[in-house]
Amino acid sequence: MPIIATQGLTMRFPRVTALDDLTVSVEPGVVGLVGANGAGKSTLIRILLGLQPPSAGQATVLGLDIAREGVHIRERVGFMPEYDCLPPDVSATEFVVHMARMCGLPSTAARERAADILRHVGLYEERYRPIGGYSTGMKQRVKLAQALVHDPQLVFLDEPTNGLDPAGREEMLELIRRIGAEFGISVLVTSHLLGELERVCDHVVIIDGGTLLRSQAVEAYTAASGLLTVEVEEGRDQLGQRLYDQGVAVHPEGRFLVVDIAGEETYDLIRDGVAELGLRLIRLEQRRHHIEEVFVAPQEIQMPSDAPLAGPPAPDAPRSEAPQPGPQGAPR
Amino acid sequence: MTTSTIHDIGYRHYDGRRLGRAYMVRSLYAHNLRAAFGLGRPARAKVMPFLLCAVMLLPAAASVAILGFTKQPDALIRYSSYALIMQVVVAIFMATQAPVIASRELRFHVVPLYFSRPVGHLDFVLAKFGAFATALFAMLAVPVTLLYVGALVTRPDKMTPIVDEIGGGPDGPAKADSLFDHTLHYLGGLAGCVLFALVLASIGLVIAAFTTRRGLGVAAVIAAYMLSSTIVVIIQGIAEAEANNFTVSGWAGLFSPFNLVDIVQVRLLGAQLSAPAAPSGVTGGLVALAVCCGLVAGSIAVLYRRFRKAGLS
Repeated sequence: MPIIATQGLTMRFPRVTALDDLTVSVEPGVVGLVGANGAGKSTLIRILLGLQPPSAGQATVLGLDIAREGVHIRERVGFMPEYDCLPPDVSATEFVVHMARMCGLPSTAARERAADILRHVGLYEERYRPIGGYSTGMKQRVKLAQALVHDPQLVFLDEPTNGLDPAGREEMLELIRRIGAEFGISVLVTSHLLGELERVCDHVVIIDGGTLLRSQAVEAYTAASGLLTVEVEEGRDQLGQRLYDQGVAVHPEGRFLVVDIAGEETYDLIRDGVAELGLRLIRLEQRRHHIEEVFVAPQEIQMPSDAPLAGPPAPDAPRSEAPQPGPQGAPR
Repeated sequence: MTTSTIHDIGYRHYDGRRLGRAYMVRSLYAHNLRAAFGLGRPARAKVMPFLLCAVMLLPAAASVAILGFTKQPDALIRYSSYALIMQVVVAIFMATQAPVIASRELRFHVVPLYFSRPVGHLDFVLAKFGAFATALFAMLAVPVTLLYVGALVTRPDKMTPIVDEIGGGPDGPAKADSLFDHTLHYLGGLAGCVLFALVLASIGLVIAAFTTRRGLGVAAVIAAYMLSSTIVVIIQGIAEAEANNFTVSGWAGLFSPFNLVDIVQVRLLGAQLSAPAAPSGVTGGLVALAVCCGLVAGSIAVLYRRFRKAGLS
């Protein structure tokens, strides 16, 4: 059973269309939801929580209808907002216990669960101090803890790595991976950074301007591209020339050579070339696609002419009204 | 590495009981009631509410002490007028604590966390309103109860014969009540406290919910109290002194919260007038009561819309 399924979901505000006929369905696991700022990610989460009725379309979360069973959805899911949502003058323990009670957990259970989950997200002695004195990383952990304290079946994490330094970002991503793998809780995590989701997600949904760009398993994005990356210490051009002369499609890229794999013999040609030229081979690897390429490529196609998009789920015409976000949200 | 690694036994699922709506409303009510007195927050949050509560008790304690010494029944402050005598203290409590209930969670964007849980919008508002009204009621009712207990302990009803000898009509100052009448007055006073609490909570919470900046809420609530009572007193003064028009003066009382509730106390609960003026007859009392009910209902409706909107941000 899909954890989330939407059917023609549309959300129009007076001036913008946040979601435009979005139909997508995802299976349990860690699901990434990617889009530039303003692509409609937060709006989608609000609708899925049953907090805001969509202008059109329908959706189910954990098999429950958002329009009729919003309360039951909210009993079973957790939500970590993007913005700062913590009162500074209470301790993390006090706050998380209170939030557990608000999910119906009896007082004793609420205290036990709060202590447990704060330990799991990595808050120890500091949890008795007021939240106002916490670092951004610690605050993000408290926000995560309040979303998990009632042991939901699914959590919505809205930009959990926002504002974190590289080390904090790593730790948060590791936590998200554990929530999916060890805790057995499905995760819908949004980000505008594609690279970081590639590492923790099983499945990635990309939306842009409120329409679905692509929804598929991470492996499909990162499949082998049929290209080889070759790096040698010196003599890149010699090797390139030699391969070219032997009829191999090759072009330089930075310090590397990028070679089209025509078949098994391509590997032999490179091996022989390196050996006969007496070069030191540093790297010979199959190049994989990055998720970013999916996001950037259609933009480039679309920007100059309004040509139809390449790729299977080509979005329809009405994406023109909002200014194109451009590829700025993509790669990092 | 310390013991924390030894006890790390992995994630455990929760399969215990999940309680329903009534439990959540009750918890929310208790949480807000504690917050109104600064409980569960740092020590400095407790200073103001407890200081004000202590100040509220002082005159009652003094009054009981004087009663004990003098045995003069009129030494005891009348139950129905206690809130009016102490109205500045009550207004300061309302101004400092209403933002704690109404605007603190708006300011720090905590509200969406409630509504992403199985907490209903109306339940949320009613729990907040109920908690603040309870806090105000406690603030008013505890000193009034102290007066009552003090009066019982010093037994003013035993003094009745002496008092009657001195002579004082039904409106005379030195008339001591029988225990039954005395208790009736006390209950009437408590009913007045309930009404004070509801009206003040309505006004305080609505103003605080729309002034989320720190400090601004306090200033706005106190300003609303000062302006309404000052303007009403001025109008009443002009009406009585210049035009000798006590009708206008009485009706003007509807526009000041303390005067408004006192009208109900005087006209419907049989108390003596403590506010500057009140419109005559039971009609005046009923109109004032209707205004009180309107304030409460309007306040809940406004708060409902305000928090519902905040839940979407």
